[in-house]
This record gives sequence, structure tokens and C-alpha cells, in this order.
Amino acid sequence: MSILVNQHTRVICQGFTGKQGTFHSEQAIAYGTRMVGGVTPGKGGQTHLGLPVFNTVRDAVRHTGAQATMIYVPAAFAADSILEAADAGIELIVCITEGIPVLDMLSVKAALDVTAALRANGVKLIGPNCPGIITSGECKIGIMPGMIHQKGRVGIVSRSGTLTYEAVHQTTRLGLGQSTCIGIGGDPIKGVDFTDCLEMFEADPQTEAVILVGEIGGRREEEAAEYIRGHMKKPVAAYIAGRTAPKGKRMGHAGAIIAGSAGTADAKIRVLEAAGVVVARSPADMGEAVQAALASR
Amino acid sequence: MNLHEYQAKHILRSGNITTPRGLPATSADAAVAAAGELGGQAWVVKAQIHAGGRGKAGGVELVDRIDAVREAASRLLGTSLVTHQNAPEGQPVNRVLVEETLPIARELYLSLLVDRESGRVAIVASASGGVDIEEVAQLTPEKVLTEICDPLRGVQDFQCRALAFALELEGDAFKAFCRLVPALYRVFVAHDLSLLEINPLVVTRDNRVLPLDCKMSVDDNALYRHTQLADLRDDTQIDAKEAAAHAANVNYVALHGNIGCMVNGAGLAMATMDLIQLEGGSPANFLDVGGGATPDTVAQGFKIILLDPNVRAVLINIFGGIVRCDVIAEGIIQAVKEVGVKVPVIVRLEGTNAVQGRALLAESGLAILAAESLTQAARFAVEKAQ
Repeated sequence: MSILVNQHTRVICQGFTGKQGTFHSEQAIAYGTRMVGGVTPGKGGQTHLGLPVFNTVRDAVRHTGAQATMIYVPAAFAADSILEAADAGIELIVCITEGIPVLDMLSVKAALDVTAALRANGVKLIGPNCPGIITSGECKIGIMPGMIHQKGRVGIVSRSGTLTYEAVHQTTRLGLGQSTCIGIGGDPIKGVDFTDCLEMFEADPQTEAVILVGEIGGRREEEAAEYIRGHMKKPVAAYIAGRTAPKGKRMGHAGAIIAGSAGTADAKIRVLEAAGVVVARSPADMGEAVQAALASR
Repeated sequence: MNLHEYQAKHILRSGNITTPRGLPATSADAAVAAAGELGGQAWVVKAQIHAGGRGKAGGVELVDRIDAVREAASRLLGTSLVTHQNAPEGQPVNRVLVEETLPIARELYLSLLVDRESGRVAIVASASGGVDIEEVAQLTPEKVLTEICDPLRGVQDFQCRALAFALELEGDAFKAFCRLVPALYRVFVAHDLSLLEINPLVVTRDNRVLPLDCKMSVDDNALYRHTQLADLRDDTQIDAKEAAAHAANVNYVALHGNIGCMVNGAGLAMATMDLIQLEGGSPANFLDVGGGATPDTVAQGFKIILLDPNVRAVLINIFGGIVRCDVIAEGIIQAVKEVGVKVPVIVRLEGTNAVQGRALLAESGLAILAAESLTQAARFAVEKAQ
């Protein structure tokens, strides 16, 4: 088991024939992801990487039964691509694209909420501005390096790309391995959040423990802490980046900014620890932290 | 991207919002001419910088003689204004805004911003204007009013009325406020703003409602569809190194320590800074060369880091995912040679082809220290910077 994606998930790529779309589709196929086609408006009917290209997501879904999509279209068109995928009945939309205007995402999120409420299977968005999702050894949808992953016991959810790789690398080295890893993205307005993922990890039999990688800004880590305290039986370890970040400055990620006293790393660490989470002080100790969390049960 | 007050008010006027009459000036002569053109007996001369707290810092002067306009403009122009909101070195005053004065009865607070918790545009208002809203929120949170707007429908009339009643507006001021809020919402959306703050919003003795000050920030991600706004960028208001980084498309934030950092990915970059501090050192900057670092971005990164004279060592931390570490190692070697790096360089490479990358660094004959782990890299950097 795993969460959201596995070896059976039928995946398409939007922006399939572009440079990014091509490269990462090749990587996904090489990893064993069940890629079934792609979408590039105007190139429908062609074959790319041995797979059919469609003009619209509707066509792609009709002909391939696609359930998930990964989006690599430029920022100016990404919001439209997300809405197109939702309209076509795709259940899991993974948007890798960075730099989508915030107001576009506000409308997208409001529209997705309506779609999710109306549809039996719902619709989930991961990202934007994220590395994607991977179920080790089964399905890779995103830009993460496949070879550092190893099938195993730990679920990982993170706001940062390369910090996720650190967590993966450390759990692989310790022989713990990973069930599913989700990079939820660094933007302030995004799809699934920590709590959504924790809920799914809690329900997944393969996942024995979770690493949560947070950072300064917002209060989603605080909400996650509340959820962990109230609803989680599985051990959780965490790392929060940005203890040294100055106030009011945006640290690369659009979402990583401390406003007033809200959103500081220390405040987040305090509430997570109060909820029983083992918080690593150093980014080099995320693997050890989850090992300690597992051992304490 | 932040805008100046005079630019923000120009945008408000283009959205049919009445502002105090005013003209920007870049010299004392121009300020005097502006005051003459505006007419009247009294004027406000306001320093134009990208920071709040100008009033308390002496950047806003109320004058009632035309000579005093000249004096105020001469005193402000060409100086650097330090407020409690900006860096210790302040920001240069290249322009003043000369405005008419108003008969003020009340000072309110009004802002529109993207609220990350609800994922919507929030309208925040308070009867306590003219002071920091953060202070009001902390001391008297019940005085801060919020209305959340549905992005698919925009702000509704009932929401405007609710705010107007809570602010105890009456008569013409009530009506003016209920026209103003939707107009501000339209400006906010039309220009892809992330913040539109009016503090204070004044009610005049003749019951008009006018923005006395206005702060606007534009969503950087949306600048591609607002070329006329992109032209309003004022790089003199930001740190020179940050301006250079912006031009090179690198995420950089200047800090006060002595260990320069270059990392791929924003989260890992913050984590690297934290680790340096944990090991007893102090980071000179935040620098994210992007998840897909290339030899070229590495070279750009070096140039920007070395603009800071405080840097005593450079720590490079790359987790090679899609990018191969051997390619990055070559980029580092090339950059160290080209840029002529004089300070110790500590490199931690992990991920794809990390072993080959480390070998290349070791064989380069340059003073590059290859660390085996994240922690060791931070320790080396802290040692070398002392």
C-alpha cells in the first residue's frame, strides 16, 4: 500500500512535448510509472516517447482512462491547465510549475473546492511549485531523483524540494525506506496540505511513521500539530527550516516569510513538540529523528 | 515588488478613486513649482521610500509657507531615511511627494491582502488608523475587522456595509466608503497586487473619505502581464546585492554574518543557514540557485556572494537530483578560477554522481574543501570563517 499513487495509477503529462515535460516523462517512464499519454494543444494525434499525444485533457481521459496528471506548462498557462484537468475528471493533479500568479491560484482553489464537493471521487491538487509525489518503486510523478528512494516504512511530506531529498536520502541510508513522499510546494496558496497528507498516512498500512518537513511562514505546521495531537497514532518526526531567517523577508519560497511574531520556526517547533513530535534541530538529523520516533513506540 | 506612494496613488486615480491632490518632485525647485500648481496655503512634503514609519522618522513635513516647501524638500532629497521598518543604513530619498492638506476628522485603517489561511483576498479595516496595524492587532484584536472575499464573486455590497457600520461611518462618508471598497478591490485584482494598504484612510470634516497614504505591493509572479507596472521598479530602494541577484534570476537575501551560502532549493538553503548557526557560525546570506542548478547559476551565485566584503568563507551545499554533481563540480571549479575567489570554499555534494563530483574537486588543485556530510560542511565553514 501507499497513498494517492501506486503502480496501477494511469498518468498523463500536460506540457508533454515541451523540454521539461519530455525530460521528466522520460524519467517517470524509466522509473516504472504507468504513463499512458500526454497533452499538448495542437499536437494531438502525434506520438511522443512512444505514447499518444492529445489536444485536450478530455480526449486523453477518454482514450487512456488517465487518473492523474503532471503539469509542466509555463506559469502563465498553468492555472488554466489545472482547471482543464479538473474539468476532464482527473482525480489527482500534480502541478510542478513555479511562479503562478497568486490571484490565479485563488480562483483555481475556489473552483476546485466546488468540483471536489460535487464529484464522488473528488479531486486533489498537489502543488504548485512543488517536486511532486512518489511512491517508492511504483510511481514517480515529479522532478525528484528516483534513485535515492527505497521502498519502506516512512511517509514524507514537505514544503521544500531539496529538503525532501535530504529526508529521503537519510531514511534510505538508515534502511527505513519510504512509502510515499509528497512535496506539497512552497507557495502560500496551494492544494493538499500537511494535515491532508497526515490523515492519509495515518490510514495507510504501509506507512509506519511520518516525517514532516516544514518551514517559516503561515500556520499549517501548527494545524498539523493539532491534528497529530488529536488523531494520530503513528509516530511523527519533523524538521522546521528557517530558524535564522530575518523577519519580513521572503526566503525564496513565496510562502516563506515571517509576519510579525507569527510563522516563526521556534513557535512551530514548540507546538509540534507539545504534540509529541520528535523535532530534529539539524537538517542532517531527520532520519535519526524518525528512527527515534519509531523506537519510542 | 513594492511601489512608491506617489505611484500607488496614481494607480488609485486611474481606478476612479479620489486621492488628495499631489505632485512628485525630484528637486527643491520642482517641489516649489508643484506647491504653486496645487495652490492653497499649506502643503505636506513626503519622502518617497519603500518603507513605512516615515512620519516618526521625520520624512513627512507639514508646511504653511512656500519657502518651507523648499526647505523641507532640500532637507529630504538626496538623504537616506532610516525608519523603524527598514535597514540601519536606510533608503535613499530621490523624490518627494507634495500634497494638499486636508481637514481631517478621523483616521481609519483599510487594507486588502491575500490571506493565506483562507486562500482568499481579505479586507482588513480598523477605526484606529495612522498607527501600526500589527500593534492594534496585538493589543486590541477586537478592533480589527476582516471580510473575506470569494474570488469567484468579488467583494459584495453587504460586506462593505458591514465594515462601514462597524467603523461608525455616517451619511456621505458611509456611501463614499461603500463605493471605495469595491473600487479598491477592482484595482487590487486588475493589477495583481499582493497588498494594498491605506493607513490612514481619512474622513474629512466635510465627510469625504480619502486615502492619505497608500502602500502597494505587486505579485512578482504576475509582472509578466503588467509591463507598465514592471517599469515602476525602483532598485535604489533595495540592497545592491539583492538587486544584482534579481537581475541574475537568483534568490538572494543579504544577512549580517560572514559565511556566504550557495544552495539549491529554498528550503535546503534556509536549513543550511540554520545549521551554520547551530555550529556556532553566522550566515552572510540566503542564496537559492534553484532546484536545477547549472554551472552558470553557480558562477552567478559566486559573483553575488563576493559582493559582500564581510564574507570570510563560502559554503556550497548542493543536493544533486536531476542535476548531476559532477557537472556542478565542474561549474564550481570554473567559477572559482574565473571569479578569482580568495576566500576558502567548502563544498558538500550529495545525490547523483556525488563521488565523481568530489573526486573532481579534490583533483582540481584549487583550495576547495570537499565535505563528506552536511554537518561536516557546516563545521568546516565555521572553522574557516573564524
